[in-house]
Amino acid sequence: MYLTKEEEKTLEGEYGETLRKAIEILVALGDIYGADSLIPVKSAQIAGVSYKTIGDAGLEWISDLKGKARIPAILNPAGMDMMRWEEMGVEADFAKKQQDIIAAYENLGIRTKCTCTPYYLEGFDTGYGDHLAWSESSAVCYANSVIGARTNREGGPSALSAALVGKTANYGYHLDEMREPAMSVTVDFEMSGADYGALGYVAGKVIGNRVPIFYLKGQPSGDEMKSLGAALAASGAVALYHIEGITPDAIRSKYERPDENLTIEKEQILEVYETGKCGGSSRDTDIITLGCPHCSPAELESIAGLLAGKQVSKEMWVCTSREVAERYPDLVKDIEKSGAKVVCDTCMVVSPATNNYRCMMVNSGKALAYVPSMCGVASRYGSIEECIREAVNDN
Amino acid sequence: MIIKCRKISRGVAEGQVLLTHEAISFLGNVDPKTGIIVEPKHELFGQCIKDRVLVFPQGKGSTVGSYVLYQLIKNNVAPAAMINVESEPIVAVGAIISCIPLVDRMERDPFEVLKNGDTVRVDGTSGSVEIPEGSEL
Repeated sequence: MYLTKEEEKTLEGEYGETLRKAIEILVALGDIYGADSLIPVKSAQIAGVSYKTIGDAGLEWISDLKGKARIPAILNPAGMDMMRWEEMGVEADFAKKQQDIIAAYENLGIRTKCTCTPYYLEGFDTGYGDHLAWSESSAVCYANSVIGARTNREGGPSALSAALVGKTANYGYHLDEMREPAMSVTVDFEMSGADYGALGYVAGKVIGNRVPIFYLKGQPSGDEMKSLGAALAASGAVALYHIEGITPDAIRSKYERPDENLTIEKEQILEVYETGKCGGSSRDTDIITLGCPHCSPAELESIAGLLAGKQVSKEMWVCTSREVAERYPDLVKDIEKSGAKVVCDTCMVVSPATNNYRCMMVNSGKALAYVPSMCGVASRYGSIEECIREAVNDN
Repeated sequence: MIIKCRKISRGVAEGQVLLTHEAISFLGNVDPKTGIIVEPKHELFGQCIKDRVLVFPQGKGSTVGSYVLYQLIKNNVAPAAMINVESEPIVAVGAIISCIPLVDRMERDPFEVLKNGDTVRVDGTSGSVEIPEGSEL
């Protein structure tokens, strides 16, 4: 791997131990994957934030580093709402460790907003062809597929290294040839809303880590593509997908249709809505969560509209980033009038507070894939309208 | 005898070989407090990796495994060095953040030239594994 004189000096430790380690991580990954050089990245998004996932070892490592991020860098969701954790049922010991983790990142010049949708935030403008070092699997999928930016699925330490060095190794999805579709997925019926999350949930298992190109009827919205990608990345390991005629790479590159094809039938989508009915009775559902990945302003608006004049009779969380919540205080107020909570900085998957429930209803294919194993809570699937009907007991 | 290999994590260390043909997930397979392999079905079940030169094909499992290596070093029960057939990011990153020398792609098959109990010296800075004279090959 070619290194500039400056990069060599960094690797020899001339700029301190933290930068030496950071660039050593980038160079090692570059060597493993056959990168030719390091390339500058526009921003970093760092996983490994929830104390639930990184534990004391992660906290110690981050606390021991000394340095400052050279590019805009932000964090993945934490294990709790940093302000309302008590209300969520998070214990004080966990909260203390979580606060320590956030403080350690802050010392490194990382913006301590915790979200899986950095692309909604100010200062994180991301455009076609931008090189990034993002970690969160759904954000990676969105950036690569919907925006046409370029990022690998970074691990926590490698994204943090990229933030400190301002660069990443040039391999994988940074290269044109790695972005070519390897299989096609055909869907011959109209879909809307949560159908896209269900499609990702079903197709991701078959696609694995390959790059699919979808042939769809109709035109999905940005939020629908967000749900599709999040589910593809959770049930498979998809970091990039194309939709013929719709996503930017597919429009520019005019890919030929790959030979291997997967056809998804309507019944397969409908089955997802039937999975995990929590013992067969909807009465067993004791929490409803929306916002995986974090809600966009448009999703908050639609939730507020659906909840208008209603009261929830079950615990309901609407997860979003603090910045989006602060930008739309009226929408937050409208949603919370119903008794639902707008929860920031965290989500149902990475928070320990979900362990307090038995059965969660979600409108996210990603949450459906992770909640049973990561939280030990049964999960069932529904559209945003069905979720809200369940919350207000209007079935 | 000196065998060349690819350098992944810098540093030089010596220790006795502990060898497994099975991949290791540091999250779940290893107790971070004791360095003992706790996965019942693992070839190394019950053995301690502390101060050994751990030879294994590659890592597997959760990326949190990187941090478990860091915990092992903090608890003073980490391997002295590691040799992989082919390193993957979890172990590579874990070794780097923990300053454990790590090499892979030895020019000779590690399972042919190394055996349990051999004392070897791993140089992750220059990329070599040294087997002292007298070792049976």
